[in-house]
Amino acid sequence: MTEVSVAKEDVAATGELVVLKNVNKHFGALHVLQDIDLTIARGEVVVVIGPSGSGKSTLCRTINRLETIDSGTIAIDGKPVPAEGKALAKLRADVGMVFQSFNLFAHKTVLENVMLGQIKVRKTDKKQAEEKARSLLDRVGVGSQADKYPAQLSGGQQQRVAIARALAMDPKVMLFDEPTSALDPEMINEVLEVMQQLARDGMTMIVVTHEMGFARSAANRVVFMADGRIVEEAVPDQFFSNPRSDRAKDFLSKILHH
Amino acid sequence: MFDFLEGYNVLEAFWTTVQLTVLSAVGSLIWGTLLAGMRVSPVPLMRGFGTAYVNIVRNIPLTVIIVFTSLGLADIFGVTLGSRDFDVQGFRLAVLGLIAYTAAFVCEAIRSGINTVPLGQAEAARAIGLSFSQTLRLIILPQAFRSVIGPLANVLIALTKNTTVAAAIGVAEAALLMKEMIENEAQVLLIAAVFAFGFVVLTLPTGLFFGWLSKRLAVKR
Repeated sequence: MTEVSVAKEDVAATGELVVLKNVNKHFGALHVLQDIDLTIARGEVVVVIGPSGSGKSTLCRTINRLETIDSGTIAIDGKPVPAEGKALAKLRADVGMVFQSFNLFAHKTVLENVMLGQIKVRKTDKKQAEEKARSLLDRVGVGSQADKYPAQLSGGQQQRVAIARALAMDPKVMLFDEPTSALDPEMINEVLEVMQQLARDGMTMIVVTHEMGFARSAANRVVFMADGRIVEEAVPDQFFSNPRSDRAKDFLSKILHH
Repeated sequence: MFDFLEGYNVLEAFWTTVQLTVLSAVGSLIWGTLLAGMRVSPVPLMRGFGTAYVNIVRNIPLTVIIVFTSLGLADIFGVTLGSRDFDVQGFRLAVLGLIAYTAAFVCEAIRSGINTVPLGQAEAARAIGLSFSQTLRLIILPQAFRSVIGPLANVLIALTKNTTVAAAIGVAEAALLMKEMIENEAQVLLIAAVFAFGFVVLTLPTGLFFGWLSKRLAVKR
């Protein structure tokens, strides 16, 4: 416990990076995000868990405005998220995103996938971009696959490439939207290990996941969502051993006993 | 048996057909792609223009469009397209009309291709900071094109045959020569067969080539 609280003081000192205030969103009649207030500090790893349909993926996607919001504000590094245009594209470049379904560019090689954003958005020259892409691919353990196309890789390899693609933009914060949910069980760990390494390196991360093991070992804070609301926020140890809300107790009893 | 061909330059007529086809194909591919871009654009005005253009132009008979380019654009509005020479002007007007017409079909083929590209591709592109036009140019269209090579080949084959409508404004392509020969010679069936064969020679390899290309360039998912 002391260790965790020390870590929290550390991050508190470096400031707030992502701030959501009073965010609301509807999908038709469904009130999918209800008065969400959430602040993520620089260097913090926040894991968002909750039953399906609780709005956790939607929450993740509002942060880089892949989903619009109906009311409230979202600010990243002190600046509100722009509504559209060049300013929004610029912000998105600073926010890395990893999807459940990988979404690697199917017509480009692995290497080109990691180079594209550097060249077209950051205007890095080609040689430098390739160098960086190769070193990132090595870092996530798929350096030998650089010249293949995404469809030739396993799911775990594709997801690690997707992480490298996001990292290539030097993001301030990384969003993970259920990064292991589409993976075969034997490939989940290779992706989680990369994410754990990122967390140790001090990357600010918001992770929507069902991997409780990852939440326990890598998160600074667990955010539990149900029915569009944040029901409970706590450090992982406390949340898993002693949840306060009934919804969280119910949820944990369903997933943790086996 | 084929001595009725003497005194007629069938090859030159088909060469004009080929020129009409190639120029119109290139033009309609460019204009059709721009239209498709407009139809999926986030700007309502552009979407509206694209939709209106396609729905108006593809429902007007090509003959009306081609005749309008000559009688309307050239004669009434004085559009000369850079030439006072009647033949050159007619050829250019025909190309313009064919582009305007064919682009509507190219646009719809490409738009259906855009719909085959998973939404996640565009989301991933936007998530790394690409603008709308970059996402369209670098991610969506390259994949869309590859999935609609077959339908585009159909449009190209239709275009090749549609060039015969240029005869209506006196462009000296294959169909105009055929009409002239049928008027002057007795072997009507043979003349028709010769020209039919000529078009098959042009379009059949087109279909086969694009079929091969479509398999070769297919995006694996």
